[in-house]
Amino acid sequence: MIKIENLNKFFKSFQALKDINLLVEKGELFAYLGPNGAGKTTTIKILTGLTKYSSGKVSLNGYDVKKEGLFAKEQCGVVPQSINLDQELTVFENLDIHGRLYKIPKKKRDFRINELLEYLEVADRKDSLAKQLSGGLKRRVMIARALVHSPRILFLDEPTVGLDAAIRKRIWAIIKRIQQDGATIFLTTHYIEEAEYLAQRVAFLNEGSIVENDTPKNLVDRMGAWAVDKVVDNQLKTSYYKKREDASAYTACQNTDCMLRRVNLEDSFLSLTGKKVK
Amino acid sequence: MIRGYFAVYYRELLIMKRRLPKMIATMSVSPLLYLIAFGYAMGGNVNVDGHSYMEFLIPGLIAMSSMTQAFSIASEINIARFYWHIFEEFQAAPINSFAYVLGEVCAGMTRAVLSVIVIILIGFLFGVSICINFYFIAAVLLNSFLFASLAVGMAMLVKSHADQAMFSSFVITPMAFLGGTFFPLDNLPLWAQKILSFLPLTHASNAIRKAAFGEIPEILSYIVLFFTGIIIILWAFWCVDKAKD
Repeated sequence: MIKIENLNKFFKSFQALKDINLLVEKGELFAYLGPNGAGKTTTIKILTGLTKYSSGKVSLNGYDVKKEGLFAKEQCGVVPQSINLDQELTVFENLDIHGRLYKIPKKKRDFRINELLEYLEVADRKDSLAKQLSGGLKRRVMIARALVHSPRILFLDEPTVGLDAAIRKRIWAIIKRIQQDGATIFLTTHYIEEAEYLAQRVAFLNEGSIVENDTPKNLVDRMGAWAVDKVVDNQLKTSYYKKREDASAYTACQNTDCMLRRVNLEDSFLSLTGKKVK
Repeated sequence: MIRGYFAVYYRELLIMKRRLPKMIATMSVSPLLYLIAFGYAMGGNVNVDGHSYMEFLIPGLIAMSSMTQAFSIASEINIARFYWHIFEEFQAAPINSFAYVLGEVCAGMTRAVLSVIVIILIGFLFGVSICINFYFIAAVLLNSFLFASLAVGMAMLVKSHADQAMFSSFVITPMAFLGGTFFPLDNLPLWAQKILSFLPLTHASNAIRKAAFGEIPEILSYIVLFFTGIIIILWAFWCVDKAKD
């Protein structure tokens, strides 16, 4: 369980996070959605003890991140946004160092690493140097590394950024599988479809504040199920409808090109903040 | 308190193992050039305190090389921090800052000891053998401990590789030349001797040289190196902790 109460973070006079309150339940796959610079990575860095916070209270499975930092860190695994594998070490060595940092005995460590490499389908690259791997493989190795110590909470900071669609979907399948195995997952992303596909609950973060926090279905349903986009005076105007028939009827009586589509989280984010996620 | 330090050290050992031939070649170049240029070419007929200049020079090079190699861990930390972001992996792990510092200091000391072995072997090639005793080993370890600690602290303070290079140019390089490595400080004016006696490398050079000659070094040098090293490692710990803005 992740609990954040009245969290604030200042970088000198700039306030990066404003009074954040969140509760992520055990076993939940939670997405933290927002545009670049909204404060997603700062939140993850605070939760994982990489950055100090200015005020508030943060705990992981009941361990206070500030007062019981080492215990809190044992609860979680982190996959950061940037690739941070040791490029001069092999895949196995990268995972082995991680296991040593968490004081896992050698026999158990070796077993767990081999098990994870199989699980993430990278066992055949076990002895390859990290620098020899493709971007998608590096991401999978990073996820495997974060799981070596069997954390109960997994933080994924933009885990599919820069990957092509096919690899992204493969990573999504892995994330779903990890959650089904019982882990709590905290995912940051600015990919709408990623949050929609994976998350049970989504929080919208905008300029350091949470503007909404609900299930993807509820967020979308509030807008209506269907949207019609049309360009008026070089500007995109969108109308929302509960029923497809109403949306179709509206489209039919327009004399400009219209596009009928399903409502998504982007529409919800746009209506709440006035801006797009991407 | 130091739980996990070995994982940090082990990572550096793996990298060192992979780069060992290159590292040994790099560690050999400067001492070899100094010995040829200053030892053979210029100092062939020079005697210092009853020893040939070559005998005088090798302990100085050992002091200098143990300092520079221990300090070179700063560049490795910088690359890991700014370029590969590996420092985040250590920050996210359940180890405290002191364990991280200790792991990196051990790595710096290992590099220093390796460079000392290289110089001793080169010394043999030039027909110079030195006395390796407890005093010698203690002085080498204290010197490398001090500069590896300084390296970890500095690596946390600098904001770029350029800052790191600047610190080396203004602090490490002058110390390497003025810390009693290439010439006896007794030849300098008293005021200069007094200023240079504040440099840790001066104490390391004196202690290593005396021990290498089979004499008993001044205990003051060991006290200075030990306590300066302790102060610097505590400062390095503070710097690592501070790195979590």
